[in-house]
Amino acid sequence: MAYHIPEDYYYTKDHEWAQVDENIVTVGITEFAQNQLGEVVYVELPEEGQKVTQNQPFGVVESVKAVSDLYAPVSGTVIEINLPLGDDPAVLNDDPMNEGWLIRIEMDSEKELANLMRAPDYKKLIAEK
Amino acid sequence: MSQIQRTPLFADHVALGARMVEFAGWEMPIQYKGLKEEHLAVRQGVGLFDVSHMGEIRVKGPQALATLQWLTTNDVAKLKAGEAQYSLLPNEQGGLVDDIIVYCLAENQDYLVCVNASNKDKDFQWMQKNNRGADLLDESAAWGQIAVQGPQALALCQEVLGAVDLAQVKPFRILPHQYRGHQVLIATTGYTGERGCEIFVPAEQASGLWNSLLEVGKKFRVQPIGLGARDTLRTEMCYSLYGHEIDDVMNPYSANLGWVIKPTAKDFLGKAVMLAQREKGLPQKLAGFKMIDKGIPRQGYLLFSFDNREIGRVTSGTHSPSLDEPIGIGYLSSDLAHDGSEFFVEIRGRRVKAKICKTPFVESTSL
Repeated sequence: MAYHIPEDYYYTKDHEWAQVDENIVTVGITEFAQNQLGEVVYVELPEEGQKVTQNQPFGVVESVKAVSDLYAPVSGTVIEINLPLGDDPAVLNDDPMNEGWLIRIEMDSEKELANLMRAPDYKKLIAEK
Repeated sequence: MSQIQRTPLFADHVALGARMVEFAGWEMPIQYKGLKEEHLAVRQGVGLFDVSHMGEIRVKGPQALATLQWLTTNDVAKLKAGEAQYSLLPNEQGGLVDDIIVYCLAENQDYLVCVNASNKDKDFQWMQKNNRGADLLDESAAWGQIAVQGPQALALCQEVLGAVDLAQVKPFRILPHQYRGHQVLIATTGYTGERGCEIFVPAEQASGLWNSLLEVGKKFRVQPIGLGARDTLRTEMCYSLYGHEIDDVMNPYSANLGWVIKPTAKDFLGKAVMLAQREKGLPQKLAGFKMIDKGIPRQGYLLFSFDNREIGRVTSGTHSPSLDEPIGIGYLSSDLAHDGSEFFVEIRGRRVKAKICKTPFVESTSL
Protein backbone atom coordinates (compact mmCIF):
# COMPACT_ATOMS: atom_id res chain seq x y z
CA MET A 1 0.00 0.00 0.00
CA ALA A 2 1.28 3.45 -0.86
CA TYR A 3 1.23 5.85 2.04
CA HIS A 4 1.63 9.59 1.84
CA ILE A 5 4.84 10.34 3.74
CA PRO A 6 5.88 13.98 3.25
CA GLU A 7 9.64 14.46 2.99
CA ASP A 8 9.72 17.57 5.18
CA TYR A 9 7.94 15.96 8.18
CA TYR A 10 9.50 14.15 11.11
CA TYR A 11 8.28 10.73 12.32
CA THR A 12 8.30 8.65 15.50
CA LYS A 13 8.71 4.90 15.72
CA ASP A 14 5.16 4.88 17.16
CA HIS A 15 3.82 6.28 13.88
CA GLU A 16 3.18 9.90 14.79
CA TRP A 17 4.16 12.63 12.34
CA ALA A 18 5.50 16.04 13.32
CA GLN A 19 5.43 19.05 11.09
CA VAL A 20 7.77 21.76 12.28
CA ASP A 21 7.14 25.46 11.71
CA GLU A 22 9.83 27.35 13.60
CA ASN A 23 9.17 26.35 17.24
CA ILE A 24 5.59 25.15 16.65
CA VAL A 25 5.14 21.45 16.00
CA THR A 26 1.88 20.04 14.63
CA VAL A 27 1.37 16.38 15.52
CA GLY A 28 -0.75 13.65 14.00
CA ILE A 29 -0.73 9.95 13.26
CA THR A 30 0.50 8.56 9.97
CA GLU A 31 -1.59 6.90 7.29
CA PHE A 32 0.10 3.64 8.21
CA ALA A 33 -1.05 4.09 11.81
CA GLN A 34 -4.66 4.81 10.88
CA ASN A 35 -4.67 1.79 8.58
CA GLN A 36 -3.39 -0.43 11.37
CA LEU A 37 -5.87 0.98 13.88
CA GLY A 38 -8.99 0.55 11.80
CA GLU A 39 -12.07 2.66 12.51
CA VAL A 40 -11.20 5.25 15.13
CA VAL A 41 -14.11 5.78 17.49
CA TYR A 42 -12.63 7.80 20.33
CA VAL A 43 -9.81 10.29 20.78
CA GLU A 44 -8.55 11.61 24.10
CA LEU A 45 -6.29 14.67 23.92
CA PRO A 46 -4.56 16.84 26.54
CA GLU A 47 -5.74 20.32 27.47
CA GLU A 48 -4.19 23.48 26.14
CA GLY A 49 -1.34 24.58 28.36
CA GLN A 50 -0.45 21.05 29.39
CA LYS A 51 3.20 20.00 29.25
CA VAL A 52 4.18 17.01 27.16
CA THR A 53 7.45 15.10 27.11
CA GLN A 54 9.20 13.52 24.16
CA ASN A 55 8.39 9.79 23.83
CA GLN A 56 5.78 9.99 26.61
CA PRO A 57 2.04 9.41 26.05
CA PHE A 58 0.02 12.61 25.60
CA GLY A 59 -3.31 11.07 24.64
CA VAL A 60 -5.18 8.03 23.51
CA VAL A 61 -6.83 6.90 20.34
CA GLU A 62 -9.30 4.02 20.40
CA SER A 63 -10.50 1.91 17.55
CA VAL A 64 -13.30 -0.61 17.90
CA LYS A 65 -10.84 -3.28 18.90
CA ALA A 66 -8.05 -1.57 20.79
CA VAL A 67 -6.70 1.33 22.83
CA SER A 68 -3.47 2.93 21.61
CA ASP A 69 -1.37 5.58 23.32
CA LEU A 70 -0.25 8.65 21.42
CA TYR A 71 3.38 9.64 22.00
CA ALA A 72 4.74 13.15 21.92
CA PRO A 73 7.42 13.62 19.26
CA VAL A 74 8.93 16.54 21.18
CA SER A 75 8.74 18.06 24.66
CA GLY A 76 6.88 21.31 25.13
CA THR A 77 3.56 22.97 25.86
CA VAL A 78 0.31 22.15 24.11
CA ILE A 79 -0.93 25.37 22.56
CA GLU A 80 -3.81 24.04 20.47
CA ILE A 81 -5.83 20.88 20.16
CA ASN A 82 -7.98 19.70 17.27
CA LEU A 83 -11.33 20.05 19.05
CA PRO A 84 -13.61 18.73 16.27
CA LEU A 85 -11.96 15.30 16.61
CA GLY A 86 -13.85 14.81 19.86
CA ASP A 87 -17.16 14.72 18.04
CA ASP A 88 -15.95 13.26 14.78
CA PRO A 89 -13.02 10.91 15.40
CA ALA A 90 -13.51 9.30 11.98
CA VAL A 91 -11.61 12.27 10.53
CA LEU A 92 -8.50 10.49 11.78
CA ASN A 93 -9.23 7.69 9.31
CA ASP A 94 -10.28 9.91 6.44
CA ASP A 95 -7.49 12.45 6.57
CA PRO A 96 -4.84 11.69 9.20
CA MET A 97 -2.20 13.88 7.55
CA ASN A 98 -4.24 17.09 7.39
CA GLU A 99 -7.66 17.56 8.96
CA GLY A 100 -6.94 14.77 11.42
CA TRP A 101 -4.05 16.57 13.12
CA LEU A 102 -4.12 16.11 16.90
CA ILE A 103 -2.26 18.84 18.76
CA ARG A 104 0.15 21.73 18.31
CA ILE A 105 3.13 21.90 20.64
CA GLU A 106 5.36 24.84 21.38
CA MET A 107 8.60 22.92 21.59
CA ASP A 108 11.18 23.42 24.30
CA SER A 109 14.25 22.54 22.29
CA GLU A 110 14.92 22.02 18.61
CA LYS A 111 17.66 19.61 19.60
CA GLU A 112 15.06 16.93 20.26
CA LEU A 113 14.24 16.79 16.56
CA ALA A 114 17.48 14.87 16.10
CA ASN A 115 15.83 11.93 17.92
CA LEU A 116 13.10 11.66 15.29
CA MET A 117 13.06 9.86 11.97
CA ARG A 118 12.99 11.48 8.57
CA ALA A 119 10.86 10.19 5.71
CA PRO A 120 13.33 7.67 4.19
CA ASP A 121 13.90 5.97 7.55
CA TYR A 122 10.21 5.95 8.34
CA LYS A 123 9.45 4.38 4.96
CA LYS A 124 11.98 1.69 5.79
CA LEU A 125 10.35 1.10 9.17
CA ILE A 126 6.90 0.47 7.77
CA ALA A 127 8.23 -1.56 4.86
CA GLU A 128 9.45 -4.05 7.46
CA LYS A 129 5.96 -4.43 8.91
CA MET B 1 5.56 -22.44 24.08
CA SER B 2 4.80 -24.88 21.31
CA GLN B 3 5.02 -23.78 17.72
CA ILE B 4 2.30 -21.53 16.40
CA GLN B 5 -0.29 -23.47 14.40
CA ARG B 6 -1.98 -22.70 11.11
CA THR B 7 -5.46 -23.73 10.03
CA PRO B 8 -6.08 -25.46 6.66
CA LEU B 9 -7.22 -22.03 5.39
CA PHE B 10 -4.03 -20.11 6.19
CA ALA B 11 -3.01 -19.65 2.56
CA ASP B 12 -6.54 -18.52 1.67
CA HIS B 13 -6.44 -15.81 4.35
CA VAL B 14 -3.11 -14.52 3.12
CA ALA B 15 -4.39 -14.50 -0.46
CA LEU B 16 -7.41 -12.47 0.70
CA GLY B 17 -5.10 -9.89 2.25
CA ALA B 18 -6.00 -10.65 5.85
CA ARG B 19 -4.01 -9.19 8.70
CA MET B 20 -2.81 -12.25 10.62
CA VAL B 21 -2.25 -12.31 14.39
CA GLU B 22 -1.50 -14.93 16.97
CA PHE B 23 -4.56 -16.07 18.89
CA ALA B 24 -4.61 -18.99 21.35
CA GLY B 25 -1.51 -20.47 19.71
CA TRP B 26 -2.89 -20.09 16.20
CA GLU B 27 -2.06 -17.69 13.39
CA MET B 28 -5.50 -16.28 12.63
CA PRO B 29 -7.01 -13.46 10.54
CA ILE B 30 -7.99 -10.53 12.78
CA GLN B 31 -9.49 -8.62 9.88
CA TYR B 32 -9.65 -8.52 6.11
CA LYS B 33 -11.16 -5.26 4.85
CA GLY B 34 -12.06 -3.66 8.14
CA LEU B 35 -13.73 -4.65 11.36
CA LYS B 36 -16.82 -2.48 11.05
CA GLU B 37 -17.56 -3.44 7.46
CA GLU B 38 -17.15 -7.12 8.32
CA HIS B 39 -19.33 -6.81 11.40
CA LEU B 40 -22.16 -5.16 9.45
CA ALA B 41 -21.86 -7.72 6.63
CA VAL B 42 -22.78 -10.42 9.15
CA ARG B 43 -25.66 -8.42 10.62
CA GLN B 44 -27.05 -7.52 7.20
CA GLY B 45 -25.97 -10.23 4.78
CA VAL B 46 -23.60 -13.11 5.30
CA GLY B 47 -20.04 -13.65 6.50
CA LEU B 48 -17.60 -16.56 6.56
CA PHE B 49 -15.42 -17.32 9.55
CA ASP B 50 -12.52 -19.73 9.73
CA VAL B 51 -13.07 -21.40 13.10
CA SER B 52 -10.82 -24.36 12.36
CA HIS B 53 -8.79 -23.50 15.45
CA MET B 54 -11.69 -24.68 17.64
CA GLY B 55 -11.17 -28.10 19.19
CA GLU B 56 -13.29 -31.17 18.46
CA ILE B 57 -13.36 -33.97 20.99
CA ARG B 58 -15.27 -37.12 20.13
CA VAL B 59 -16.96 -39.04 22.95
CA LYS B 60 -18.07 -42.52 21.95
CA GLY B 61 -19.07 -45.93 23.21
CA PRO B 62 -21.54 -47.41 25.69
CA GLN B 63 -20.35 -45.05 28.45
CA ALA B 64 -20.44 -41.90 26.29
CA LEU B 65 -23.66 -40.55 27.75
CA ALA B 66 -22.77 -41.37 31.36
CA THR B 67 -19.37 -39.72 30.93
CA LEU B 68 -20.79 -36.54 29.40
CA GLN B 69 -23.47 -36.35 32.08
CA TRP B 70 -20.71 -36.38 34.69
CA LEU B 71 -18.42 -33.95 32.85
CA THR B 72 -20.96 -31.31 31.78
CA THR B 73 -23.69 -29.23 33.43
CA ASN B 74 -26.48 -29.45 30.86
CA ASP B 75 -28.71 -32.55 30.55
CA VAL B 76 -27.17 -34.58 27.74
CA ALA B 77 -29.90 -37.24 28.08
CA LYS B 78 -32.31 -34.74 26.49
CA LEU B 79 -30.37 -34.81 23.20
CA LYS B 80 -31.57 -36.98 20.35
CA ALA B 81 -29.39 -37.79 17.36
CA GLY B 82 -28.99 -34.59 15.35
CA GLU B 83 -29.47 -32.23 18.27
CA ALA B 84 -27.01 -29.98 20.07
CA GLN B 85 -26.79 -28.03 23.31
CA TYR B 86 -24.67 -25.30 24.78
CA SER B 87 -23.04 -26.55 27.96
CA LEU B 88 -20.26 -26.09 30.49
CA LEU B 89 -17.33 -28.18 31.73
CA PRO B 90 -17.27 -27.53 35.48
CA ASN B 91 -14.20 -27.96 37.68
CA GLU B 92 -14.29 -29.07 41.32
CA GLN B 93 -14.14 -25.54 42.77
CA GLY B 94 -17.35 -24.13 41.37
CA GLY B 95 -15.67 -22.60 38.32
CA LEU B 96 -15.35 -23.73 34.71
CA VAL B 97 -12.77 -25.61 32.70
CA ASP B 98 -14.47 -24.37 29.52
CA ASP B 99 -17.77 -23.66 27.82
CA ILE B 100 -18.67 -26.06 25.02
CA ILE B 101 -21.27 -27.26 22.55
CA VAL B 102 -22.28 -30.92 22.73
CA TYR B 103 -23.52 -32.36 19.43
CA CYS B 104 -25.34 -35.71 19.53
CA LEU B 105 -24.51 -37.87 16.51
CA ALA B 106 -26.01 -41.09 17.88
CA GLU B 107 -28.07 -41.20 21.04
CA ASN B 108 -26.25 -42.58 24.08
CA GLN B 109 -23.12 -43.49 22.15
CA ASP B 110 -21.62 -40.87 19.86
CA TYR B 111 -21.13 -37.19 20.65
CA LEU B 112 -18.94 -34.43 19.26
CA VAL B 113 -17.84 -31.79 21.76
CA CYS B 114 -16.68 -28.47 20.35
CA VAL B 115 -14.32 -26.61 22.69
CA ASN B 116 -12.35 -23.36 22.74
CA ALA B 117 -9.02 -23.42 20.92
CA SER B 118 -7.24 -21.88 23.90
CA ASN B 119 -8.52 -24.62 26.22
CA LYS B 120 -8.43 -27.68 23.96
CA ASP B 121 -5.44 -29.51 25.46
CA LYS B 122 -6.53 -28.67 29.00
CA ASP B 123 -10.08 -29.86 28.27
CA PHE B 124 -8.95 -33.11 26.70
CA GLN B 125 -6.68 -33.90 29.65
CA TRP B 126 -9.45 -32.98 32.07
CA MET B 127 -11.93 -35.22 30.28
CA GLN B 128 -9.46 -38.11 30.23
CA LYS B 129 -8.74 -37.69 33.91
CA ASN B 130 -12.43 -37.70 34.81
CA ASN B 131 -13.56 -40.13 32.15
CA ARG B 132 -16.22 -42.65 33.15
CA GLY B 133 -15.47 -45.24 30.56
CA ALA B 134 -16.08 -43.46 27.25
CA ASP B 135 -13.76 -43.61 24.24
CA LEU B 136 -12.28 -40.12 24.03
CA LEU B 137 -10.63 -38.95 20.84
CA ASP B 138 -9.05 -35.60 20.10
CA GLU B 139 -10.15 -35.12 16.49
CA SER B 140 -9.18 -31.44 16.32
CA ALA B 141 -6.46 -31.86 13.71
CA ALA B 142 -8.77 -33.80 11.40
CA TRP B 143 -11.50 -31.16 11.23
CA GLY B 144 -11.61 -27.79 9.58
CA GLN B 145 -14.52 -25.64 10.64
CA ILE B 146 -16.22 -22.84 8.74
CA ALA B 147 -18.94 -20.69 10.29
CA VAL B 148 -21.40 -19.12 7.85
CA GLN B 149 -23.42 -16.47 9.66
CA GLY B 150 -25.97 -13.81 8.78
CA PRO B 151 -29.53 -13.42 7.46
CA GLN B 152 -28.39 -14.86 4.09
CA ALA B 153 -26.22 -17.62 5.54
CA LEU B 154 -28.57 -20.55 5.15
CA ALA B 155 -29.51 -19.57 1.59
CA LEU B 156 -25.82 -19.55 0.69
CA CYS B 157 -25.14 -22.88 2.38
CA GLN B 158 -28.15 -24.36 0.63
CA GLU B 159 -26.70 -23.46 -2.75
CA VAL B 160 -23.22 -24.70 -1.98
CA LEU B 161 -24.01 -27.80 0.02
CA GLY B 162 -27.37 -28.76 -1.45
CA ALA B 163 -28.52 -30.22 1.83
CA VAL B 164 -32.12 -30.57 2.98
CA ASP B 165 -34.04 -27.32 3.19
CA LEU B 166 -31.77 -25.61 5.70
CA ALA B 167 -34.19 -22.75 6.31
CA GLN B 168 -36.50 -25.29 7.95
CA VAL B 169 -33.81 -26.61 10.27
CA LYS B 170 -34.05 -25.23 13.79
CA PRO B 171 -31.06 -23.72 15.60
CA PHE B 172 -28.91 -26.21 17.52
CA ARG B 173 -29.26 -29.10 15.13
CA ILE B 174 -26.52 -31.09 13.39
CA LEU B 175 -26.87 -32.88 10.06
CA PRO B 176 -24.35 -35.30 8.61
CA HIS B 177 -24.12 -34.59 4.89
CA GLN B 178 -22.13 -35.74 1.85
CA TYR B 179 -20.21 -32.95 0.14
CA ARG B 180 -18.07 -33.83 -2.87
CA GLY B 181 -17.80 -37.39 -1.67
CA HIS B 182 -16.80 -36.50 1.89
CA GLN B 183 -18.83 -36.41 5.02
CA VAL B 184 -19.34 -32.99 6.56
CA LEU B 185 -21.43 -32.04 9.57
CA ILE B 186 -23.70 -29.05 9.20
CA ALA B 187 -24.50 -27.58 12.60
CA THR B 188 -27.02 -24.76 12.92
CA THR B 189 -25.05 -23.04 15.65
CA GLY B 190 -22.96 -19.90 15.83
CA TYR B 191 -21.51 -17.11 17.93
CA THR B 192 -22.94 -14.00 16.30
CA GLY B 193 -26.65 -13.84 17.13
CA GLU B 194 -27.53 -14.35 13.48
CA ARG B 195 -28.94 -17.38 11.74
CA GLY B 196 -26.43 -19.65 10.10
CA CYS B 197 -24.35 -22.70 10.57
CA GLU B 198 -20.98 -24.03 11.50
CA ILE B 199 -19.72 -26.65 9.06
CA PHE B 200 -17.34 -29.32 10.28
CA VAL B 201 -15.37 -30.35 7.22
CA PRO B 202 -12.40 -32.71 6.86
CA ALA B 203 -9.28 -30.54 7.08
CA GLU B 204 -8.13 -31.35 3.54
CA GLN B 205 -11.55 -30.33 2.13
CA ALA B 206 -11.78 -27.05 4.04
CA SER B 207 -10.13 -24.81 1.46
CA GLY B 208 -12.34 -26.14 -1.35
CA LEU B 209 -15.48 -25.48 0.66
CA TRP B 210 -14.28 -22.04 1.78
CA ASN B 211 -13.64 -20.97 -1.80
CA SER B 212 -16.95 -22.36 -3.05
CA LEU B 213 -18.73 -20.38 -0.36
CA LEU B 214 -16.85 -17.24 -1.39
CA GLU B 215 -17.52 -17.80 -5.09
CA VAL B 216 -21.21 -18.70 -4.86
CA GLY B 217 -21.58 -16.11 -2.12
CA LYS B 218 -20.71 -13.23 -4.45
CA LYS B 219 -24.37 -12.68 -5.24
CA PHE B 220 -25.06 -12.50 -1.49
CA ARG B 221 -22.09 -10.14 -1.09
CA VAL B 222 -20.46 -12.59 1.25
CA GLN B 223 -17.36 -11.40 3.12
CA PRO B 224 -14.67 -13.23 5.05
CA ILE B 225 -14.80 -12.13 8.69
CA GLY B 226 -11.86 -11.83 11.08
CA LEU B 227 -11.57 -12.42 14.80
CA GLY B 228 -12.06 -8.70 15.46
CA ALA B 229 -15.64 -8.71 14.21
CA ARG B 230 -16.23 -12.15 15.72
CA ASP B 231 -15.59 -10.54 19.10
CA THR B 232 -17.74 -7.44 18.56
CA LEU B 233 -20.60 -9.60 17.23
CA ARG B 234 -20.58 -11.87 20.28
CA THR B 235 -20.19 -8.91 22.65
CA GLU B 236 -23.32 -7.27 21.19
CA MET B 237 -25.17 -10.51 21.98
CA CYS B 238 -23.61 -10.70 25.46
CA TYR B 239 -22.33 -14.21 24.71
CA SER B 240 -19.69 -15.31 27.19
CA LEU B 241 -16.07 -15.73 26.16
CA TYR B 242 -13.79 -17.90 28.24
CA GLY B 243 -11.12 -15.76 29.90
CA HIS B 244 -13.50 -12.79 29.94
CA GLU B 245 -16.95 -13.53 31.41
CA ILE B 246 -16.12 -17.06 32.57
CA ASP B 247 -13.00 -18.72 33.90
CA ASP B 248 -11.80 -21.38 36.32
CA VAL B 249 -12.89 -19.36 39.37
CA MET B 250 -16.15 -17.57 38.56
CA ASN B 251 -19.32 -19.47 39.42
CA PRO B 252 -21.36 -19.81 36.20
CA TYR B 253 -24.57 -18.80 38.03
CA SER B 254 -22.92 -15.37 38.43
CA ALA B 255 -22.50 -15.32 34.65
CA ASN B 256 -26.26 -15.84 34.14
CA LEU B 257 -25.60 -19.33 32.80
CA GLY B 258 -28.05 -21.10 35.13
CA TRP B 259 -30.12 -22.05 32.08
CA VAL B 260 -27.49 -24.62 31.05
CA ILE B 261 -27.01 -26.05 34.56
CA LYS B 262 -29.37 -28.91 35.39
CA PRO B 263 -28.66 -30.00 38.97
CA THR B 264 -32.06 -31.63 39.50
CA ALA B 265 -31.70 -33.79 36.40
CA LYS B 266 -28.36 -35.36 37.25
CA ASP B 267 -25.19 -35.35 39.27
CA PHE B 268 -22.11 -33.73 37.75
CA LEU B 269 -18.53 -33.02 38.69
CA GLY B 270 -18.23 -30.14 41.15
CA LYS B 271 -22.00 -29.83 41.54
CA ALA B 272 -22.05 -29.68 45.35
CA VAL B 273 -19.50 -26.85 45.49
CA MET B 274 -21.14 -24.90 42.67
CA LEU B 275 -24.58 -25.12 44.32
CA ALA B 276 -23.25 -24.39 47.82
CA GLN B 277 -21.70 -21.15 46.53
CA ARG B 278 -25.00 -20.21 44.96
CA GLU B 279 -26.91 -21.08 48.14
CA LYS B 280 -24.61 -18.91 50.20
CA GLY B 281 -25.25 -15.98 47.87
CA LEU B 282 -23.10 -14.97 44.92
CA PRO B 283 -21.20 -11.76 45.61
CA GLN B 284 -21.17 -10.64 41.97
CA LYS B 285 -23.37 -10.83 38.94
CA LEU B 286 -22.74 -10.23 35.26
CA ALA B 287 -24.56 -7.37 33.55
CA GLY B 288 -24.41 -5.35 30.36
CA PHE B 289 -24.06 -1.58 30.46
CA LYS B 290 -23.82 1.52 28.32
CA MET B 291 -21.91 4.70 28.93
CA ILE B 292 -23.66 7.87 30.08
CA ASP B 293 -20.46 9.93 29.76
CA LYS B 294 -17.86 9.61 27.04
CA GLY B 295 -15.45 6.67 26.97
CA ILE B 296 -15.09 3.07 25.90
CA PRO B 297 -15.03 0.36 28.56
CA ARG B 298 -12.34 -2.32 28.13
CA GLN B 299 -11.58 -5.62 29.84
CA GLY B 300 -10.00 -5.13 33.26
CA TYR B 301 -11.23 -1.59 33.95
CA LEU B 302 -12.60 -1.28 37.50
CA LEU B 303 -16.13 -0.27 38.45
CA PHE B 304 -16.97 2.05 41.35
CA SER B 305 -20.15 3.07 43.12
CA PHE B 306 -20.96 6.79 43.37
CA ASP B 307 -19.75 6.63 46.98
CA ASN B 308 -16.37 5.39 45.70
CA ARG B 309 -16.52 1.72 46.63
CA GLU B 310 -14.92 -0.67 44.18
CA ILE B 311 -17.87 -2.77 43.03
CA GLY B 312 -16.60 -4.80 40.09
CA ARG B 313 -14.73 -4.95 36.83
CA VAL B 314 -15.27 -4.93 33.09
CA THR B 315 -15.01 -8.32 31.38
CA SER B 316 -15.58 -7.17 27.78
CA GLY B 317 -16.09 -3.81 26.18
CA THR B 318 -15.97 -2.24 22.79
CA HIS B 319 -17.54 0.32 20.53
CA SER B 320 -20.58 -1.49 19.12
CA PRO B 321 -20.50 -1.27 15.32
CA SER B 322 -24.26 -1.96 15.09
CA LEU B 323 -25.29 0.66 17.62
CA ASP B 324 -22.37 3.03 17.02
CA GLU B 325 -21.90 3.52 20.75
CA PRO B 326 -19.78 1.97 23.49
CA ILE B 327 -21.06 -1.16 25.21
CA GLY B 328 -19.68 -3.11 28.14
CA ILE B 329 -20.14 -6.31 30.08
CA GLY B 330 -18.92 -6.66 33.62
CA TYR B 331 -19.24 -8.17 37.05
CA LEU B 332 -20.60 -5.99 39.78
CA SER B 333 -21.95 -6.42 43.30
CA SER B 334 -25.14 -8.43 43.06
CA ASP B 335 -27.15 -5.72 44.90
CA LEU B 336 -26.28 -3.22 42.15
CA ALA B 337 -26.57 -5.52 39.16
CA HIS B 338 -30.06 -4.54 38.06
CA ASP B 339 -31.43 -2.70 35.05
CA GLY B 340 -31.00 1.05 35.31
CA SER B 341 -28.39 0.93 38.05
CA GLU B 342 -25.70 3.63 37.61
CA PHE B 343 -22.02 3.50 38.52
CA PHE B 344 -18.54 4.66 37.45
CA VAL B 345 -16.13 2.94 35.08
CA GLU B 346 -12.54 3.99 35.76
CA ILE B 347 -10.96 4.73 32.39
CA ARG B 348 -7.28 5.66 32.61
CA GLY B 349 -7.72 7.23 36.01
CA ARG B 350 -10.91 9.06 35.11
CA ARG B 351 -14.28 7.97 36.52
CA VAL B 352 -16.92 7.91 33.86
CA LYS B 353 -20.66 7.30 34.40
CA ALA B 354 -22.33 4.16 33.06
CA LYS B 355 -25.73 2.53 33.37
CA ILE B 356 -26.87 -1.08 33.29
CA CYS B 357 -29.09 -1.89 30.34
CA LYS B 358 -30.97 -4.85 28.93
CA THR B 359 -29.07 -7.48 27.01
CA PRO B 360 -28.49 -8.58 24.33
CA PHE B 361 -27.47 -5.09 23.28
CA VAL B 362 -28.70 -5.78 19.77
CA GLU B 363 -32.16 -7.28 19.63
CA SER B 364 -33.35 -7.34 16.04
CA THR B 365 -31.19 -10.06 14.56
CA SER B 366 -32.14 -12.88 12.20
CA LEU B 367 -31.91 -15.49 14.96
